[in-house]
Amino acid sequence: MSLALIAALPFLGALLPGLMLRAGRNACATATGAVTLLALLGLLSHLPAVLNGEVVQARFEWLPALGLNVNFFLDGLGFMFAGLILGIGLLIIIYARFYLYKSDPMDQFYTYLLLFQGAMVGVVLSDNILLLLIFWELTSLSSFLLIGYWKHLPEGRQGARMALTVTGMGGLALIGGMLILGNIAGSYDLTVILENREVIQESDLYVPALLLILLGAFTKSAQFPFHFWLPHAMAAPTPVSAYLHSATMVKAGLFLMARLWPVLSGTDLWFYLVAGAGLITMTLGAVIALFKDDLKGLLAFSTVSHLGLITMLLGLGTEIAAVVAVFHIINHATFKAALFMTAGIVDHEAKTRDIKRLGGLRFLMPVTFTIGTIAAFSMAGLPPFNGFLSKEMMLHEAAHTSTLFMVMATIAATFSVAYSLRFVFHVFFGPKRDDYPAKPHDPGFGMWVAPAFLAVLVILIGLFPKTMAGALVETVSKAVTQADELPYYSLALWHGVNAALIMSMIAVATGAVLLLLHKGLDRAWIAAPRPEAKAIFDALLGGITRFFTWFTDLLHDGAMSRYLAIFTAACVVIVAGAFFSADYLQGARPMLPMTNASIIGFVLIMVPTTALAFLHRNRYLSLVLMGVVGLILSVAFAYLSAPDLALTQLSVEVVTVILLLLALYFLPKETPKESSPARRTRDAVIGAGAGLGIGALMYALLRREPDNIGWYFLENSYTGGGGNNVVNVILVDFRGFDTFGEIIVLGIAGISIFAMVAALMRSAGGKRLREMAKDHVKIGDRHPLMMVVATRAVLPIAIVVGAFIFLRGHSQPGGGFIAGLVVAVAVLMQYMASGLEWAQSRQRFAYHGMIAVGILTAAATGIASWFFGYPFLKSTFGYVTIPPLSKFELASAMAFDVGVFLTVLGAVMLALAELSRMGVAADPDQPVNTDPMDIVTDGGAIRSATKDS
Amino acid sequence: MELLVAIIIGSLTAVGTYLMLRMRTFPVIVGLSLLAYAVNFFLFASGRLMLNSPPLLYVDSPHTDALPQALTLTAIVIAFGMTAVAVIMALTAYLNGGTDKLDMENEAPEVTPEERGQ
Repeated sequence: MSLALIAALPFLGALLPGLMLRAGRNACATATGAVTLLALLGLLSHLPAVLNGEVVQARFEWLPALGLNVNFFLDGLGFMFAGLILGIGLLIIIYARFYLYKSDPMDQFYTYLLLFQGAMVGVVLSDNILLLLIFWELTSLSSFLLIGYWKHLPEGRQGARMALTVTGMGGLALIGGMLILGNIAGSYDLTVILENREVIQESDLYVPALLLILLGAFTKSAQFPFHFWLPHAMAAPTPVSAYLHSATMVKAGLFLMARLWPVLSGTDLWFYLVAGAGLITMTLGAVIALFKDDLKGLLAFSTVSHLGLITMLLGLGTEIAAVVAVFHIINHATFKAALFMTAGIVDHEAKTRDIKRLGGLRFLMPVTFTIGTIAAFSMAGLPPFNGFLSKEMMLHEAAHTSTLFMVMATIAATFSVAYSLRFVFHVFFGPKRDDYPAKPHDPGFGMWVAPAFLAVLVILIGLFPKTMAGALVETVSKAVTQADELPYYSLALWHGVNAALIMSMIAVATGAVLLLLHKGLDRAWIAAPRPEAKAIFDALLGGITRFFTWFTDLLHDGAMSRYLAIFTAACVVIVAGAFFSADYLQGARPMLPMTNASIIGFVLIMVPTTALAFLHRNRYLSLVLMGVVGLILSVAFAYLSAPDLALTQLSVEVVTVILLLLALYFLPKETPKESSPARRTRDAVIGAGAGLGIGALMYALLRREPDNIGWYFLENSYTGGGGNNVVNVILVDFRGFDTFGEIIVLGIAGISIFAMVAALMRSAGGKRLREMAKDHVKIGDRHPLMMVVATRAVLPIAIVVGAFIFLRGHSQPGGGFIAGLVVAVAVLMQYMASGLEWAQSRQRFAYHGMIAVGILTAAATGIASWFFGYPFLKSTFGYVTIPPLSKFELASAMAFDVGVFLTVLGAVMLALAELSRMGVAADPDQPVNTDPMDIVTDGGAIRSATKDS
Repeated sequence: MELLVAIIIGSLTAVGTYLMLRMRTFPVIVGLSLLAYAVNFFLFASGRLMLNSPPLLYVDSPHTDALPQALTLTAIVIAFGMTAVAVIMALTAYLNGGTDKLDMENEAPEVTPEERGQ
């Protein structure tokens, strides 16, 4: 089976539990198990090749430009881990079927479990480290779901959050470390990286890469000082603890250290960091485990301790230590998963896992007792179980490293014996009690078969290590060390009397004594002050949150003027810093001469602009000054060879000023003097800085020769787009898609104005609006005769001009945008002359409809080109002659321009008409006139159309 | 000429920024419009300045770069849409909140006749 398929199977299978649950809980579990079994069989089909030392590969290109490819490879190490993940996964699935309560949603559990399984298989089979990182993050996420499976328990939620915070943080560090590693090696493929030991260790970036990778591995594998999350994750259902926290996820960190062992290990830094952290973790975990009353808490700290043991072995950096690490990974997975499942059974049947409330279970639960004892003795390192073998080898390595290692390892072994024996004696031995929360009895076959199978393995590996595990250990160790030949070692129960055996005997004897003294020690332990990891973690997290809340509020407290000032000032400082730290190169483009016209224009813009800074409190005046700037700007466009821009700016200026005038009808007419002189000076400095920066940038840019794509449009405008006005051809043809987006934005602006005004009218603001009128000075002649007559006469002319501008747009200045604006101004004048009601009643098309039709027309033009096999908005053109007109061009882009025209007209008019509607609402006493002007002629008699109010 | 254009754009930016930093909505909208002028003019001028050479192919002269002009044209129209939305937002805030102060306090104060103007 392809490796990619093995990794994909659990993900695909994750769809099944939800479907199969309808067929019952057995069907749900069977489907899940079948998926895992299939993947496991697929993996086993590669066993002969792997034992031969071959490396199985599966490669697909995903994003080769980024170096991200779906590359998998399988060697001994990957095989062992994938086997553990799938094999123990299968046992867990069987166990969980009987463990979960009726009220637990089984489909969710199995879905999360399969997602996690897929992610783990992905981690151990990935060749590409970027792919590995993706799977790594997926394990953090899916384990979050699993730990928090019992959503109703606060401990479950908190434990899940803590695990995600710690492992997620480590994951981020790992991404950094792996990217550095890939950059040093020049490839993101592990197979390549593993061959570049010298390059990597000599690189300056070796230390940061190592630190970051170890941060990822230590957090995942709960190494000191990140060990605290693992016990809190025990709030998860026991199958999850047995799976994630004994056999698989916490071993992902070990896997990573083992995988990268050939390139990263062997340096002093590696030794001190890895072996040191491992040694501390091993001893600390063992000591704490003895004093945990919660069965799963005890196992959790024991796991921490054993993970430390394996980490220490990897940290030693010798090949023989790596062999021992590999062997202990196998042994630990078997006995610890069995122990977790035993603890789960006790919890399930006795309804408590508090050791102090248990005892005497050996007669009530004989099967559980047998399994638990075998596994616990293996954990204690007693012969003839498999834990004894690897522990002896570990002690041997420790004894040969240094005295410190020898002493610490013996202490850890001692406590390991003590807590293991406590697990057996305080739970199963002692007198039978009559105050169990529930009446304990052995569970059904389905629940004990999985741990029983593991217990059998514990014994078999213990008795026949060579037969059971010899070949696997050898292959895996070769894969870890990347060595062709391993140093001599022997997997056997009896090595004669040596240092390790003596240390072991001391540990067993002292451990038994410790257990006998447990009551007194426990009291001392409880009385002693201990740092509480959760409190520290919460305080730290709270501190970080508080700091950044404070920091964010400092910069961004909701006052716009404040963060605008900070933002602008920061930009000015950064750009100034960049400018003054580099050399400035003056451009060589010659300047245009300063003509008289240009100097007049300059003065006409500069005077009102400068005046605005000082006179802006008078709002009408500021509007006039602004209008002057806009108008002169349109003249400047015309002068500087941009006729289309001049026309657009001119008409936009008209509607903008009218819009602001309308707004000013409602707003205060003066801006009060509020800010202090200091504040004004500060703002002036910031503004001057920004202006100086932009002005200097403009000057620097204008003095350089252009290096751009403009020539392409000039060359292809006529031949490709059929138009002489290059600006218009770009708008409707070359960059038609841009324009399409822009008119949609404009349409959205128009419609949101409509919605905001509608909402305003209904809110408290609407009431206030209706009360405003009494403060306004009324004009006598609202609809002056002269203006009415003039605008009526201008309307048809303006519309003809608009049509003319529209039609010629493709070859001469003009087009849909400008035509839309010109017509909008003409229609707007009718509103001004005769009032909203009169104009609106003559307006046959709603403006929102016009926006919609405009955008749809533009879209239809674009889509039409699909029917001719062209891409969206590809245009075509031809020339027609209709007498008596001269020959003119018809381009499909023109239909697009009609859409632009309608959208612009609709959006501009909608915005202004809505403001007028507010004006009418603000003055409900004023009669609404349906006549064009205030005076009407009625059968020769002239009378006022409006009654005096 | 280039120098004049740079000074104009710099001044528009400076005054626009200054007005954006005021405490009432209307000067901010005027400041926004000035900044829009500056940005549009900048965008247009990035195609370099040329006299008497519009990008019309039937005119027998050198042609200036048309692309910045096309982009600026839509930018001008969009700037209008943006100003219009900002104006309505300012009006809504004023009528609902009773003040045209930009940074409102938590409690919206009642409208006083002075603040209503007139």
